[in-house]
Order: sequence, then structure tokens, then C-alpha cells
Amino acid sequence: MALLRVSSPHMTQSGTTGHVMLLVMLATLPGLTMLTYFFGWGSLINIVWAGIVALCTEAIILTLRGRSLGFYLRDYSALVTALLLGLALPPSVPWWLTLIATSFAIIIAKHLYGGLGNNLFNPAMIGYALVLIAFPLEMTSWLAPKSLTAMPGEIPSFITSLTSFFSVTKVDSFDVMTMATPLDSFKHKGALTAAELWAKEPILSPKSWQSWQYISLGYLMGGLYLLYRKVFTWHAPISMLAVMAAMSALFWWYDPNQYASPQLHLLGGATMLGAFFIVTDPVTSATSVKGKLYYGACIGLLVYAIRTWGNYPDAVAFSVLLMNFAAPFIDFYTKPRTYGHQRDK
Amino acid sequence: MSTKGYIEITNDGLWHNNPALVQLLGLCPLLAVTASVVNALGLGIATTLVLVGSNLSVSLVRNFVPDTVRLPAFVMIIAALVTCVELLSQAFTYDLYLSLGIFIPLIVTNCAILGRAEAFARKNAILPSILDGFMMGLGFTSVLLILGAMREIIGQGTLFADMHLLLGAIASEWKIILIQDYGGFLFAILPPGAFIGMGLLIAVKSIIDNQISLRKKAHKEISITVNKRVRVTGKIE
Repeated sequence: MALLRVSSPHMTQSGTTGHVMLLVMLATLPGLTMLTYFFGWGSLINIVWAGIVALCTEAIILTLRGRSLGFYLRDYSALVTALLLGLALPPSVPWWLTLIATSFAIIIAKHLYGGLGNNLFNPAMIGYALVLIAFPLEMTSWLAPKSLTAMPGEIPSFITSLTSFFSVTKVDSFDVMTMATPLDSFKHKGALTAAELWAKEPILSPKSWQSWQYISLGYLMGGLYLLYRKVFTWHAPISMLAVMAAMSALFWWYDPNQYASPQLHLLGGATMLGAFFIVTDPVTSATSVKGKLYYGACIGLLVYAIRTWGNYPDAVAFSVLLMNFAAPFIDFYTKPRTYGHQRDK
Repeated sequence: MSTKGYIEITNDGLWHNNPALVQLLGLCPLLAVTASVVNALGLGIATTLVLVGSNLSVSLVRNFVPDTVRLPAFVMIIAALVTCVELLSQAFTYDLYLSLGIFIPLIVTNCAILGRAEAFARKNAILPSILDGFMMGLGFTSVLLILGAMREIIGQGTLFADMHLLLGAIASEWKIILIQDYGGFLFAILPPGAFIGMGLLIAVKSIIDNQISLRKKAHKEISITVNKRVRVTGKIE
């Protein structure tokens, strides 16, 4: 091959925003497949609907702001926001909840701050936090995984999911199938010891617990693929996971009855989705290498603290939003030294 | 010393220098109590009463209070008036007093009131000061009402609920249910909803101001005659 005589940067692959966003969407596939396999069509319907809403609101806002429609819609960032929201929301939520979350994320969290690249906060997490605060009932009930439904091996059919999705009030047959998440049930275990809870609670039975783990491992696989494709560096997600593992291991070792195990913390909730798809958001996170380490570590710390001592069973959204506030501050204090220059005194 | 006309004072209080939308003063009660129209109206009336009273009293004593101790003096006056309003609301609208809670006594710390005493009443005669207090209070109250209505509609799907707390038995039938079987949107009732609603109101005001100034500009451009060019180089012969 003839040597290319072009000036730097010598990129071997396309580095457009749209390309990166497509890779991110591709990387959610393993997790999404697991989610659909264990919990039925709900998440998929949610994601499609969120995608439609995101594209429509994005188009409307772009028109209002007088921006080029084709250029901005083709960077797929709205679709990624919708996809992440769809993955984060419980599979049983009705259409209006997804509509509110997605349009709020795109309009308020993204475009009122100036569009992609200027948003202070992760739009998907803003949308999620909004509906979590506003509709606690819908947001805290997850479907029972495949192994736990009344007839073994049966998950809500496509039609059932669709009817439930489009009804304003909750479908009764769906009510029977919903239950708390593993983290939630651990949080409200009351006076039970951990061993008793694991033996008694159906959501923590080996089969059901397995499904949650598979979903998390799916996200982990997707995250590792993105890492391999160099979409982001390892610093933020790994430091978040390391801090969470260390914290949970420490407290679990101190009192395994009161504190959840590292396994439950790392694989039982939104930890993996958060670590590889939310924390790595290039716009709202810290940018320097050292900054990313601090950023990820603080998120891990906050997630563990809120889960253990706070009011919410899962806390990835709140922790990420809190650290979004702090990202410019972290960047200010972790400015890397320019090569050949002395450190500032 | 008064330099402003009455119309200008009115315009300032209601629009150009609106204490809530432009000066952004008194945000604490503004954001805290505007979850419903009745709370907003109650606090608005209380604040207006205090504003008129404090502007009047400050204007009365403006020539007798030395500059060095004026702030303590103003705060004492405002605190006395707020105590009066608090006792009045306990006497006549006790339920509303309970639901407004700490925010009635907290009117003392509402910077809009001290701000008007310091910026206007201290330098102006009695009548303009009273008008300024009233108009500022009216501007504040109208923002409270709009925000309260927005949050009540979005949050609960109703309008004018519980108005009898403030206006007595005749208002007990005023409640309008705008959306039947509305599940409620808790977010609008909570503080973040207030912040976002407030931001949107400020944005709307900016849009209107922009439109007005654009229209004025367009009007002016037509009337401008052709400019005469001034020659800056070369010799004039």
C-alpha cells in the first residue's frame, strides 16, 4: 500500500458523531436482547416509541431554532438518548410516561441548554429522574422475569405488552406480574437477615436472579466492545465499578446481613448500564484523564451511598446528575500539565 | 427628589422592573408557595400590603433616619408590618395561614421589600412611594398567580381549588376541574417544577420584550431619512 501523504490527524476510521452514536447503539444490543428475552416486549416497544418521540421533538425544536434538520438529525444523538431512556425505564410503563420523559429530555435538558455539546446534564438521565420523581408508582414496579410468571416460561405476549402500553390506566393482568427489583427488595427487607431474604424472596431465587445478572453482563459486553473500539477510555467506568466493588465489599465484609453483597450491587441494578453508557457520555463528564478517574469514583461512591443509606433503591441517575454539576469543577482542578511546562504553583 | 412620573412607576412595577421576573427578588417564597392559586394569591396580597406599608413608612421617616443606621431602621419597620399581617391572617384566614406556614413571617426577609425601601421610598415623596409599593406588589402578585395557576393545572389538573380558605364561603364552589381523572404530575408541585416554570415565564417575557423592540426598530427605520455621508479622505475642493 502506498504511503498516504496527508497531514495529521491520521485517522483510520470515521470519527463523526453519527458514527460514534451508531456504535453506542450497536453496543446496547446484547443488553437489550437479554432484557427482551427475560422481560418480554415491553422495553422494545418503549424504545421504538421513545425513538419516534425523540426524533419528532428534535425536529420541531431544530426548526424553531432555525438549525439544519438533516445535519443534526443525522448525528443520531436524539436516538441514543431515546434508546438509553428506553433501557432504563421499566418495561411495563405506559406510553405517556415515555412521552413525557423523552420530550423533557430532548427539549429541556438538551436544546434549552444549546443542543448537543452544550448540555450540562445527561438528557436521558434528566428524563429518567423527572419521571422517577413524578410517577414513583409506575417507575418502581418491574415485570417479573421469565422464570417467575404464573405459567413457567411465559412472558407477556407482544399483544399484551402493546395493550398495556397504550392504556392510560394500568392493565390488571399486568399488575399481577409486576414486582420490585432485587435492589428494592433488599432495601425493604426489614428485620430479615440477608440469608433469609435470599431464601424467601422470589425475585432473588437463583433463576430470577440469574436473569438480572445476564442483563448486566450483556451491558458489560457492549461496554467492553465500545472500549475496544476506543469510543471512550477505560478511566471513568472502571473507577466507578472499582469504587462500588470496594465499598460494597468492605461493608459486606463488616456485616453481610445488613449490607448487600458486591455481586448484588454490581449486577443487580443499573450499575453496568450506567458505568458504560451513561458515565462515559463525552459531553457531560470530566475530560482529563485524572478528572475522569475522580468523576467515575465519585459517581460510584454516590451510587453506593444513596442505595445503602438513601431513599431510592437505585441511584445511578441521581449520582450522574450530581456529578454532572461537578464535572467543570473537576476539570478545573485536574488540568493536565503541558509537556515541557512547569506545574503551576 | 422624585424624578419618575406615575405612569412610569406603574410600568416599572408591572413590567419593566418587575420584582419577580426582572429583579429576581423574593424567589424563596415565590418558588415555595406557588403550588396552587390560593396560596399564591394569599402570599401576594400579604406581600403587597407589607410593601405599601413599608414604602409609606420609610418615605415618611426618610428625612429623620441617618444614613448609617437606615438598614436596621427599615428592617424594624418591615418586621413590625409583617407581624401585623401575620396576626391579621391568623385572625381572618386561619386555614390559609396554616398552609402558608413559615412563609408569612419570612416576608421580612423578602429582598423585594427592603430593595424598594432602599432604592425608591428612601428618596421619594410619600405618594409616589405608595404607588411604587402597590405596583411592585401587584407585579409580584401577578407573577405568583400565573406561576400558581400553571403549577396547579399541570400538577393537579384543577384551578382555583380551596379558594374559600382566602375568600370565605362564596368561593367554595370556584374549583374548576380541568382534566377529569387526572393522575397528577407530582413534578410540577415539587420545587424543581417551580424553578422550571419560573424560567419559562422569564423566557416568555424576554420574547415579548424582543418583539416589542423589534417592532419599534422597524417603525424607526422607516422614518429615518437618507444619511449624509461624511467625507474622511482626500481633499474637499
